[in-house]
Amino acid sequence: MATVKTTPNKPKDAGLEARQKLGWWHAYRFLILRRLSQLSIILMFLSGPLWNVWILKGNYSSSMLFDVVPLTDPLITAESLATGYLPEWTTIVGALIIVAFYAVFASKAFCSWVCPMNIVTDAAAWLRRKLGIRQSAKLPRNLRYVILVMILLGSAVSGTLLWEWINPVAALGRVFVFGLGATLWLVAVVFLFDLLVVEHGWCGHLCPIGAAYGLIGAKSLIKINVVDRERCDRCMDCYNVCPEPQVLRLPLHGSESDSPIVLDKDCITCGRCIDVCPENVFAFGSRFEKQVQVKNI
Amino acid sequence: MKLDPNRRQFLKNATRTAAGVCGIGVILGLQQHQANAKEGVALRPPGALAEKDFLAACTRCGQCVQACPYDMLHLASLLSPMEAGTPYFVARDKPCEMCPDIPCMNACPSGALSEELTDINDARMGLAVLLDHETCLNWQGLRCDVCYRVCPLIDKAITLDRIHNDRTGIHAKLIPTVHSDACTGCGKCEQACVLEEAAIKVLPMDLAKGLLGRHYRLGWQEKQNAGKALLEEQHPDGLRPAFDARMPEGQVEPVYQHMKVQPDVKVATPNRATYDYVPNPTTVDAPEHYPNLDLNIKGVK
Repeated sequence: MATVKTTPNKPKDAGLEARQKLGWWHAYRFLILRRLSQLSIILMFLSGPLWNVWILKGNYSSSMLFDVVPLTDPLITAESLATGYLPEWTTIVGALIIVAFYAVFASKAFCSWVCPMNIVTDAAAWLRRKLGIRQSAKLPRNLRYVILVMILLGSAVSGTLLWEWINPVAALGRVFVFGLGATLWLVAVVFLFDLLVVEHGWCGHLCPIGAAYGLIGAKSLIKINVVDRERCDRCMDCYNVCPEPQVLRLPLHGSESDSPIVLDKDCITCGRCIDVCPENVFAFGSRFEKQVQVKNI
Repeated sequence: MKLDPNRRQFLKNATRTAAGVCGIGVILGLQQHQANAKEGVALRPPGALAEKDFLAACTRCGQCVQACPYDMLHLASLLSPMEAGTPYFVARDKPCEMCPDIPCMNACPSGALSEELTDINDARMGLAVLLDHETCLNWQGLRCDVCYRVCPLIDKAITLDRIHNDRTGIHAKLIPTVHSDACTGCGKCEQACVLEEAAIKVLPMDLAKGLLGRHYRLGWQEKQNAGKALLEEQHPDGLRPAFDARMPEGQVEPVYQHMKVQPDVKVATPNRATYDYVPNPTTVDAPEHYPNLDLNIKGVK
C-alpha cells in the first residue's frame, strides 16, 4: 500500500510527477500517439486534394477508404433513417462497418483517437488546468443522451437532419478539406465554452456523437484496467487529467465488489490516466476479469 | 492586489456569464448572417432529390464536391446560402459542365444525388428564366443571342421566338425562350449573359414554374387533340335574338369565323447542327445607286 498523500497534486501539475519519475515519453506517450492518430486521419483526407493520393475521400460524416470501403458516421445515418429516408446501401454498409468496429474495438475510441474536436477540447482543458480555472457551471453528464434522443426525435418530426446545421465536429472536419469558413467561430465557441463555462463541457456533457459512440462501444473489448489499487497514493493526477473523471471512481476507489476495470461507457479510452500516473496504477487491458496480460509500451 | 473571495467569485461568475452569452450571440449572429450571403442563386448538383428529401438524405460528406472535375461545386459553410455541409453551385460563377458520366452523382454514397439519373440531359438542377425584359438585349430588338448560343441543348432548351418589334415597326425581336421539358438548369446561359447582372437566371424549379389549375384546358390544344372544334358549330338558336338585340340599329352580329386547325409547326432558327448553315456574306458590294456621289461635302481639297 502506497503512502497516501496528505495534499493531492494541483491540477496544473497533472503529469509532472510521472514525468519526473518515469520520464518524458512515459508521461506523454498515449497523448502523442493519439495526436499522431488524429493528424494522420486528417492527412488521409487531405492527401487527395493536396497531392492527388486518395486514401480517404469525403470527410468525417461519410467517406470512402481507397475508393472501396465506405465509412459513415452512425449518428448521421440514424438521423437520416429517422426522417424516413432509406439511404443507398453504400451509406448503410459504411455505418455498419463503423458501428461494428467501435462496438468491438474500444470504448469511445473515435472520440480520443479520431475526432478532430478532441484536440480543441483537450487544449481548452489543458489551458483550464494551467490557468487554474476551477469553478464550472454544472450540467448533468447524461444531458448528451437526452440531446441524442432529442436529435433523433427532432429529425423524425422535422424531416431534416436536425443536428447537422450546427454540428461542430462535422464542421471542423470539413474545415481541413473544404476550407475554413465561419466554422472557426463555431470551434471558438466550443473552445471558450470548455475553457470558461463548463469543464469538459462539450465532449463530457453535450456532444451527441460521443453519446452515440458511448452506446455503441459500451461492451467493447479494450478497456482501461486498474492493475493494482494498492499502488494508488491519491495524488489525483488521473482525476485532474481525465475528461470523464466520474468513470475512475469505482474501479480505483470502489469497494471489493467493484470491478477494477473501467467499464463505464463514458470512458473514452484515451490513456491519459496511464500516462500521468506516477505509480503505474493503470494499463490498457480487456474488459474481462480473467484477462490475458496486455503488455503496455 | 488580493481580491476578497466574494468579489473574486463575482468576477468569475460575471466572466463566465459574459462568455456564455457571447457564445450564444455568435451562433445566433451566424444564423442572421446567412441571409446576407448574396452569391447568386444557389443550386443543387445534378440528380439531387427534391429539396426536402435531399436534406434528409445528404450526409454532408462532400464527395460530390471532390468528384467534380471542374471544381464548380461548393460545400456550404455556416454562412452559405444553403444548409451547412450541403453541396451547391452558383451558376453565374461556374455553371455545371454536364459531364456525360455524372461523377458527382456517382460519388454520392447516400442517394441524395439519385442514381436514377442516367442521362445528364435529364438533370433538372433548376430552370433558366429570362427574368428581366428591360435589360435583355434581345428584348430591346438587338441580336445578342449569347444565352441561346451557349446552351448545350440549343434549339431544344432555348429557342429564339420571333415577335414584332413595335418600336421600329419593320423588325423582329428574337426572344430567347426557355422550354422546361428540355432545360437542365446547368446555368451556362446565366454565366454567359453579357450584362453586368444576368437577365437570364437559373431558379430552383419550385420558384421558376407556375402551375395551371388541374381543371384547366387550353381550347386550341383540346381542338388539336380532338381534331375538331369541341363547341357547337352554330350559335344556339335561343341566343341569336339576344346577340342581335345588342347590336346597333340596322346592323347584325358578324358571322363567327371558326378557327382553322393547323399543325403546330415550330420554326427553328438556322442551326449549324441540323443542316449546312451558310451565313450571309459579310463583304459589301460597291454601291451602285449613285455612282457619281461625292461624299466630300465640305469640299476638302
